[in-house]
Amino acid sequence: MAPTILKRKNPPPTLNRDTNWVLALKYVLLALVLFLILGPIVTAISGSIRTTGEFIAHPLGLPTQGIQWTNYTNILQSSSFWNSFGNSLILTIGITTLNVSLASMMAFVFARIPFKGRDLIFNILSIGLLFPLVVAILPIFIQIRQLGLINTAWGVILPIVAFGLPGSVVILRGFFKAIPNELEDAAYIDGCGRIQFFFYILIPMARPALAAVGTLQVIAGWNEYFLPLLVLNDPKMWPLPLGIMQFQGQYGREWALIMAYIVILMVPTVVFYLFTERYIVTGLTGGELKG
Amino acid sequence: MSDIALPLIKDTSRADQRRNDISKWITIALFLIPGMVVFLFFVLLPIAQSGYYSLYKWNGFGPITDEMFRGLKNYRDLFDDKVFWMAVQHSFFLIAGSLVIQLPFALGLALLVGRGELPGRRQLRVILFIPYVFSEVISALLWLYVLNPNGLFNTILNSLFPNYQQIGWLSNRDIVMGSIFLVLTWKYFGFHMILYMAGLQGISKDLDEAARIDGATEIQLLRYITLPMLSPTIRLTIFLAVLGAFQQFVVVAVLTQGGPSNGSELIATYLNKYGIKVLKLGYGSAVAVTLFVITLVFSLSYQRLFMRDEAK
Repeated sequence: MAPTILKRKNPPPTLNRDTNWVLALKYVLLALVLFLILGPIVTAISGSIRTTGEFIAHPLGLPTQGIQWTNYTNILQSSSFWNSFGNSLILTIGITTLNVSLASMMAFVFARIPFKGRDLIFNILSIGLLFPLVVAILPIFIQIRQLGLINTAWGVILPIVAFGLPGSVVILRGFFKAIPNELEDAAYIDGCGRIQFFFYILIPMARPALAAVGTLQVIAGWNEYFLPLLVLNDPKMWPLPLGIMQFQGQYGREWALIMAYIVILMVPTVVFYLFTERYIVTGLTGGELKG
Repeated sequence: MSDIALPLIKDTSRADQRRNDISKWITIALFLIPGMVVFLFFVLLPIAQSGYYSLYKWNGFGPITDEMFRGLKNYRDLFDDKVFWMAVQHSFFLIAGSLVIQLPFALGLALLVGRGELPGRRQLRVILFIPYVFSEVISALLWLYVLNPNGLFNTILNSLFPNYQQIGWLSNRDIVMGSIFLVLTWKYFGFHMILYMAGLQGISKDLDEAARIDGATEIQLLRYITLPMLSPTIRLTIFLAVLGAFQQFVVVAVLTQGGPSNGSELIATYLNKYGIKVLKLGYGSAVAVTLFVITLVFSLSYQRLFMRDEAK
């Protein structure tokens, strides 16, 4: 019986494998796409090591007047750059720590402690998923002013954390729910309280999920532009996205310098991304996409 | 003996129960309240307050008094403003572009890279996703150069065509939205691609194999198995693309500030320009509420109509 079932009318030579020319076509298409994606990035790098004149004349050329390291050193030696860098670091760390701690505690309740009204609270929180900060930027600005948080790091951190909470809670809740009940029961039988269970068992087990949520928050915090623009009047408090806009305002058409600044900001982003790509993808797809 | 012991046991278990209840509520309070307070103060309350502010003429300084009350006049002014409707129109342009170009492009790439055994597919995925992790400011500045009159596009076209007339990618009102759509696609297609890849991985390989054994061609496979199986993901990406189009701000703010002469104005840049910068906070609040209502109505009706069968 078995052999007759396996007999096919038109057995394809290979299952799920491309013929050579299909593969070639795929690579040609992908090369084209890669060119479009990487073109602007390569241009930025090639511009950043030349003079603006060379760069404007031949956007994709090689240096003819020697590599202009001064484009980089001028930025890297300026105190305002490192100041912005420090500000970005403070904001990002604050946003990430606060978001991940609050969200994991909330997700624990939503995933594992049933009580009356829990679904209602969760649904209210979920409304926040629909609205990025920009929708409510004006009322938030008024709120921040009323609380006296203008020109403070908290004025930036708290709203970004608040708007990031629903997403983080939804992701973490999913992961917490997937941890088997038997584990929790066993822990309670062994005399472990809820809070101990959370800190000593759940959190260590959920480390990949926490990393996923954390990396998304790092990206959100590091990149935020609109809220700091409104809340921070003092240029000394500006994070990098505002710093580079100020730099661009100052140097207008000095494209080579601006490209150098762009490349300097791209490097840490790409390094961070390459190390955390797995977590970012996990976070965005709810753990569905692997390797 | 047992007559005495039994109620004793009952009593302790009831006390245990009570202690357990108390500890449960303490945990709930301790774990839920801090986060909910932050959420209430910085998400719900501001949104609710903007409804109140939107009824007044207020420059943001001093208390709001009865003389400032304008009723719904802010909204009437807003709906009478041609620029506002242009902003709405531009959002629809971005939505149409997403549906016709960006999402199919992302889907095509996901099919190309996410299925089969293309050598180097993991590396490809990593590279294709890079623009998404760059900040919007960096991406927009990069494209500000590419699209400026002496930028990459014009220089390349100039060297290819001798009689090339410089195109004002960002200064021509007929072209500027197209340019902005291009930048947004560059920046965000990777996100949609990743979602599609995740969806593709959820499709069982056995199903594909079975169809192939039955003699299905690649096109049939795509039409009758892959796309239907991917439809929850496709509906989700359309949802996110529409929300994104209404809520876009930074890329446009850096590239054109909504110009030339409102040619690339979006609702959020309109809000910033005619509400916040000129300190018409009442009017700005009306814009914010309108954007909020658009988002909410769209979300609820879309979810009811198209995402109902999902148990999430």
